[in-house]
Amino acid sequence: MAQKNGNKRSHRDDAQHESFLRHQNFMYLKWALFICLIAVVAYFLIDPTPRHNGGTWYGYTMGTIGALLIVWLTMLGVRKRAITAGKWSLKGWTSAHVYLGLSLTVIATLHTGFQFGWNIHTLAYALMMLVIISGAFGIYFYANIPRAMSENRAETTQAEMIQLLNSLDDQLEDAARPLSAQYVSDVQSAINDTKITGGLFTRLSGRVNKCATARALARLRDAADGSGGTMVDQYGEDLSSAISILDRKSVMLNRVRRHIRYKSLLELWLYIHVPATIFLLAALTAHILSVFFYW
Amino acid sequence: MGQLYKIAIVGSGPAGLSAAVHAAKLGISHVLLEKTDHLSDTIYKYQKGKYVMATPEVLVLRSDISFQAGKREEILGTWDSESEFHQTNVQYNADVNKITGERGNFKIETAAGDTIMAEHVVLAIGTQGNPNKLRCPGGDLPFVQYQLDDPKEYFDENIIIVGGGDAGIENALGLSEDAGQGNNVVLLQRSNGFPRSKPANVSLLEDAKAQGKLDFLIGTTPLKLEPGVMTVETPDGQAELPVDRVIARLGSAPPRRFVEDIGIEFTGPDRDALPVLSEVFESSTPGIFVVGALAGYPLIKHCANQGYDVVEFVNGNTDLKPADEPILRDIFKDLPGGYEVSEWLEILRNKVDIFRDVSILQLREFMLESTMHYKKKGEVVFKRNELGDSLFAVVGGTVNVEINPNDPSIVVPLGDGEIFGEIGLISGRRRGATIRSDAPSILVEMPARAAKKLIATIPSVKRAVDEIATERQIKQIFGNDISPEWVDRLKETSEMLELKSGETIIQEGEVSTDVFIIRSGSVIVEKNIGGKEIFISYVAAGALIGEMALFEEGKRTATVRTTIKSEIIKLQGDIFSAMMEERPMIRKRIEETIAARREVNSFIESQKSGFGSVVDMYSSVANFLLEEGLGEATDALLIDESLCVGCDNCEVACAETHQGISRLDREAGKTYANIHVPTSCRHCEHPHCMGDCPPDAIRRAPDGEVFINETCIGCGNCQRNCPYGVIQMERVPPKKPGLLQWLLFGAGPGPGQPSKAWVNKVSSEEEKTGMKVAVKCDMCKGIKGGPACVRACPTGAAIRVSPEQYLNVAQRKG
Repeated sequence: MAQKNGNKRSHRDDAQHESFLRHQNFMYLKWALFICLIAVVAYFLIDPTPRHNGGTWYGYTMGTIGALLIVWLTMLGVRKRAITAGKWSLKGWTSAHVYLGLSLTVIATLHTGFQFGWNIHTLAYALMMLVIISGAFGIYFYANIPRAMSENRAETTQAEMIQLLNSLDDQLEDAARPLSAQYVSDVQSAINDTKITGGLFTRLSGRVNKCATARALARLRDAADGSGGTMVDQYGEDLSSAISILDRKSVMLNRVRRHIRYKSLLELWLYIHVPATIFLLAALTAHILSVFFYW
Repeated sequence: MGQLYKIAIVGSGPAGLSAAVHAAKLGISHVLLEKTDHLSDTIYKYQKGKYVMATPEVLVLRSDISFQAGKREEILGTWDSESEFHQTNVQYNADVNKITGERGNFKIETAAGDTIMAEHVVLAIGTQGNPNKLRCPGGDLPFVQYQLDDPKEYFDENIIIVGGGDAGIENALGLSEDAGQGNNVVLLQRSNGFPRSKPANVSLLEDAKAQGKLDFLIGTTPLKLEPGVMTVETPDGQAELPVDRVIARLGSAPPRRFVEDIGIEFTGPDRDALPVLSEVFESSTPGIFVVGALAGYPLIKHCANQGYDVVEFVNGNTDLKPADEPILRDIFKDLPGGYEVSEWLEILRNKVDIFRDVSILQLREFMLESTMHYKKKGEVVFKRNELGDSLFAVVGGTVNVEINPNDPSIVVPLGDGEIFGEIGLISGRRRGATIRSDAPSILVEMPARAAKKLIATIPSVKRAVDEIATERQIKQIFGNDISPEWVDRLKETSEMLELKSGETIIQEGEVSTDVFIIRSGSVIVEKNIGGKEIFISYVAAGALIGEMALFEEGKRTATVRTTIKSEIIKLQGDIFSAMMEERPMIRKRIEETIAARREVNSFIESQKSGFGSVVDMYSSVANFLLEEGLGEATDALLIDESLCVGCDNCEVACAETHQGISRLDREAGKTYANIHVPTSCRHCEHPHCMGDCPPDAIRRAPDGEVFINETCIGCGNCQRNCPYGVIQMERVPPKKPGLLQWLLFGAGPGPGQPSKAWVNKVSSEEEKTGMKVAVKCDMCKGIKGGPACVRACPTGAAIRVSPEQYLNVAQRKG
């Protein structure tokens, strides 16, 4: 209806709704492909003697580009934390980091001239590939997990999930009181011994073996289903209320564990990517310094 | 008694006390009548230790009582001793209930039956009025009280609070906050809910009940009060409640009736109307003077000055210049002409239509907040699409309104006395046109707050501004194609509708040709397709709606509802059609916009058959966002959770750019279809937070950012008033070591908001106990590059949007 407003604002234009992978219509992907294409074409057009290796002028060029790229790529860590004024976008940096980082596979490989060995040079190359491969996992996780994580948490924050678990424990405490002794100890164990998560593998699996809540739930269910006559009459209602609370706790536990699993997956690759980068920088320095001795 | 005083002063607040002390100092025979047993009851009733402000800072204090910002106790103590020192004649417990007589011979009667005779009366009774009393039997028992000074004073008591207004709720919360006090607090509310209280207070109350801290009964009234027990009528019958103390917070009767009974006239029937006063504060009853809050000056400095001035006037000093004279002189000093302040005020009143009915006193007050501009030929006053909500008036000269953004040569001139900027003031939206001075011009600029107060207190101003705004809005929509006669006809038959959120303006299928202009607020358009309301578009203030029916045999093709409280101008359909008949250009233009809209409609229809769920999804996302307050937003942060990796770098960036406190909570907030609305400021068109800020610290910047400046006193009103919970009360944490030191040596807590533990470890005692102030998003105002949250998002999940950008299917389509 007769729209009158032309509310255009620069920061909104910059912040178009597109992901880091699609940033500015894949601009950095195009750059990366362009650089790779030139490198490959040049590799085949140039015929150094005796053969392609890191020591030819082509090799040195690729090496220099590669080394500079590596140093620049590590600066993402600084850019992310140095919140300075200015028209930068971390999304743009991430986009460039991803595509130019992937282009290193081509640039550095061509730099080697496919000469590998058990030496510092190949070590630097291997570390670089480790960084890139872990980064590729990162891209995969970044592209796939957020949606699942959002749906799983369903507007609940992690702190709220823990709070909900605690309040379910309080309710369990009350619900357990009228039960017979053996079930009380099961429920108490569900309250006291339930681990939300554990070590790395537990986190990544999203499951906890021998979960006290699951065990208590199973025991009480068995009691309700199997014990027949007497017990159900005496404790029937109390038992089913305890079961329903345990059931809710179990559902909530699964949600928290999935949440932690997703968070761990989103961070796990960084525990390889970042330390490997530091080793890479060290190896790269050694590689470059040692090359000077060949001169 | 028999003595005839020269001046009787009613009320011992800052105004009355200042008058009495000055009279005492001059040796004038006087009496100060105070209804309670202490001076200055309004301030006396402030919470213990409350910090009292001394605004406006520029105003000099001219009084024999001293006053500077400080704690309630210090201020009251100073006044008590000054009153004693000057030997003012105070009569306590003198509750005046009748004043008769005329100048030179007034008879003042008190509730206690005393009679006081005086030549002049100064009314300085404030606006607090008398609290409404608990009217059930036993309501006069000694354990019934009408105020609560310090909720921390009461222990292990059964306390019943009667009245669920904000005062009652705040008292109930205060008394039950600390479980250690052991109070059993019950609040009684007569109606079946808390419609008149701030939503934030109500939710705090509900939370407190859920946590078992207190209880409240709705639909409940007290029947009988006896020592130890109160009988109440609940919806389920009578009940008895144990009670040791009753706190009745039943509101108060405003003093207006009392004042009118004396014969004093008011400017109008509205609640906000003020007594009609002369330049020397004399009311329409000669010999009775009105000063202080009752006269419309709620600030202590003003009150104290007026108390002094009024005694001078009564004493025959007619040459006295008001205390604000130097400030006003300063405001007018850069203007040509070399006039005195009083001359300028006369010029303003004579030249500017809307000031015609404003008294010189009100105008002085009003001008203190306003700015005078002197613009050379060609200078821009404001630009199209700038955000601004101040009102301008031309005092002398001419300005041109550039109505066509593509051709600045098409202008409408505005001359002496005309106002502009009123649409921004009313709608809270961007300026609709550029205004440029066409000759050396003198302009007055009134900030929104002052202009709104003027409109609210003086009915003729409201009428004039409304009329001009309607006319301008019609012109703005139809441009040059409409003739003044048609504008007048449309305007004369127009009607102003004030609608709440969610009210229907147009119902699909109805037969009607009336056309509407959205003056403030916003609406959504929905269409019923296959039994479902499908969201079509969001329309903001300043637009025309309903004209499509004129081309569809008068049948409405869609339903239009308000998204927030809105003002809508209704134009008569038949007059509108007649105008279009005569003005084919307008008809053509409207037909063009309608063609575009028909296209959207048929696009939706076609999508419906093809991908019904897509349209459904779009509709429900739009509804979700409107529920989350985007309907009144000007700029909100959204997070696309299909991209968000939960790194919280947005929060880190926010804290890094704002003294270490993040103003957004990414994880909290509602999500629908992967679109997450985090707890972060929406920069509303008419911000809720601005409404009740004592130091007026919440402002709107030229680019639309709503921000809190450094004059915040930490009262927390804005936090309670924000329906979206985006304002926090925080202390600024100590400075951290730099990024490199952290990166290389692990010094300090690293980027982002430091943990409580670190802050506690590093803070000095002073920093730990310093004042908390309100903090909220300022959209990184003044920081190059714009909002840091968006810039620092590594995946593109964080985006900032305005509702038009996000909600309109037409824009999405193309």
